[in-house]
Amino acid sequence: MADLATLRKPAALSPARSRAGDRLAARARRNVSAHGFLIGAVLCFGFFSWYPICREIVMSFQKSRLGVTSWAGLSNYERIFRDPTFWTAWKNTLEFTVLALIIGYAVPFFVAILLNELRHAKGYLRCLVYLPVMLPPTSALLLFAYFYDPSYGLFNDVLRHLHLPVSQWVQSPGTGLPSMAMISVVIAATWMNMGGATLIYLAALQNIPGELYDAAELDGAGLFRKIRHVTIPQTRLILSMLLLLQIVATMQMFVEAFILTNGGAGVNNNTLSVVNLIYQYAFALSGASNYNSASALGVVLMLVLAVFSGGYLWLTRQTDR
Amino acid sequence: MTISVDCAPPASAPQQHKEWLEDVALFEKQNPNITVNSIFENPCEVPASFTAMLKAGNEPNVFYTYFTDRNQVLDAGQAADITSYVNAKTVPALKDIVPTALAAVTAGKTLYGLPTVNYTQGLIINRVLFKQAGLNPDQPPTTWAEVEQDAKAITKLGHGIFGYGDYSAGNNGGWHFSSEIDAEGGHMINSAGTGAAFNSDEGKAVLQALHQMRFVDHSMSPTQQLAWGTLQKQMAANKLGMYIAAPDDIYNVIVPQDGGNINDYGMGPLPSTSGTPAGSLSGGNDYMFAKRDTPAQIEAGIKWLVFENLTPGVGFYNYARQKADGFPVGFPEPQMFTGATEAKQQQLMTKSATVNPAYFSTFASAHELAMGEPADAQAVYKTLDPVMLEVLTNPNANISQLLSTATGQVNQILANSG
Repeated sequence: MADLATLRKPAALSPARSRAGDRLAARARRNVSAHGFLIGAVLCFGFFSWYPICREIVMSFQKSRLGVTSWAGLSNYERIFRDPTFWTAWKNTLEFTVLALIIGYAVPFFVAILLNELRHAKGYLRCLVYLPVMLPPTSALLLFAYFYDPSYGLFNDVLRHLHLPVSQWVQSPGTGLPSMAMISVVIAATWMNMGGATLIYLAALQNIPGELYDAAELDGAGLFRKIRHVTIPQTRLILSMLLLLQIVATMQMFVEAFILTNGGAGVNNNTLSVVNLIYQYAFALSGASNYNSASALGVVLMLVLAVFSGGYLWLTRQTDR
Repeated sequence: MTISVDCAPPASAPQQHKEWLEDVALFEKQNPNITVNSIFENPCEVPASFTAMLKAGNEPNVFYTYFTDRNQVLDAGQAADITSYVNAKTVPALKDIVPTALAAVTAGKTLYGLPTVNYTQGLIINRVLFKQAGLNPDQPPTTWAEVEQDAKAITKLGHGIFGYGDYSAGNNGGWHFSSEIDAEGGHMINSAGTGAAFNSDEGKAVLQALHQMRFVDHSMSPTQQLAWGTLQKQMAANKLGMYIAAPDDIYNVIVPQDGGNINDYGMGPLPSTSGTPAGSLSGGNDYMFAKRDTPAQIEAGIKWLVFENLTPGVGFYNYARQKADGFPVGFPEPQMFTGATEAKQQQLMTKSATVNPAYFSTFASAHELAMGEPADAQAVYKTLDPVMLEVLTNPNANISQLLSTATGQVNQILANSG
């Protein structure tokens, strides 16, 4: 009988192990609901992000002819590297990224500082700054396509009234750095997107304790010294995160140039971006459409962005230490 | 048994929609065992969606394609072989279908579809602007020199009116360049299909004429990067004197969609240096059959296409009904048939004609030689778009250099697709 009792109460072997088991069971119960919530997100990511990524990698090593898919080794990669527009697209993408950083990164920051300093009409102005973000991108870009029209566009009309030379804006033929065509694209992109970044900066600015500015003022700091010694250090985390997000987003520029150039790539391909080239490989070359080459270019872009993001995060952590 | 057929006119085009529904009802009455499941859409094909549809393999049983799509459909493995189903009994007009149209749906000796529209291009002119500029609209220009001269005269009218327009985006720039070089007697691709042939005197002559009009005569608008659909609007708004197109631009787009007046337009042949076009890019569309179609669905699909698109007096060729419904009748398109079928079609069309044939007589009498589209047509057109765009936007465009660069790119495309 004593043996049976022992068998029925194995936990009695050790009170410490019993408590550990209870904790494990409690944690499992808690985790069931957490995992339940998680599974939806995991499935979504799985189906719509991770599976397409894996499929893209596989497809980049395949070819498809007459309905038969076979392995193609590195031929898709060779094809894209041999394509002269490949390097043009990378040059343009980097040009857009740099210009978007100079214009699109700095402008929202200073607009946020300005809004933060205002005493009146704050809500109204915030709404005004955010308004373009609420416009569908295609509508906003079609609006700019009209502004940029060399014959009937608003911008040239203004220039004519001011007796200044007109421009062909996004239809400008130059390919130098920076090209007028790309600057035109960046202006439209900045106008469309700056609202979101401005509000994030504004939120960060409002978290800075007022005493820091008071102390700086007592030390005789002017506006620019306050920005340099208080605002920037206090918002460094947000600034560096937005910088990363903006670079990753601008490297994937597509819709801006696509709409403004009527589905083309600008004069002499001067607004052709990497993602636009992926689109051309996959869809625009009906008859010679090639999902496999498009996949190969997609993988190259993904690797570049992954390496950049990893490097950037590593560098940020090193600096933080 | 049910067959799904796309490119049915949607309700937003009420008259065409009504006629399609009438045709389906009549066809189903004549063939009680067949149900036509119409897929209403306009435009009939959006290239990017079409490519995605092929990759997904979910095209309708009988699906619309451009002549240039054949290779893409075959590469995707989505076309059924219909060779054994098509003969003089199932397609009575078979022997009279123009060979270039039939070739567009044939690979080797295998037939993959039936053509429904075939055209050559010409020069659409705005008769109102011609008259206002003191030009004779019954004698459209035939040489590039005449086009330049007339375009200058029309541009002098002012008020944002330009004499000539052309495309340079959406693959349409390369498409038009291809037709213009055909008219000059040149070629886009060499006869072996292995290399580009447009870096020639003919190619340079075309681009030089366009550059001259844009930057010397200023008879073309500074607004460029235009794709299909834009010049039609300018023509309908009486802001454009001339551009290159097939006749259906007038009766399918300028008049019904853009609000132009049917009697304001005429056509001449494609311009060329000599005044007699050596040829014209022929184009068109067709229907192919999905790989998964059963034999019965293929037979039913062929029956439907014969009824709707390949029989004078019926369906698309029911000119009497078109006239009664208020559609303009009498355009020299589609150029689908030869021989007895063509004679019957012409006779029916003339009987119901509402359009003055004199407005199109110089185009019709030119009898332009139909040239097929180049290999990998859309990819080639895409490569030529930037060339057209630069010629029309850069006053210092180096035409030889542009053609040389494009030649290298097209050679690479052809090598990759071989």
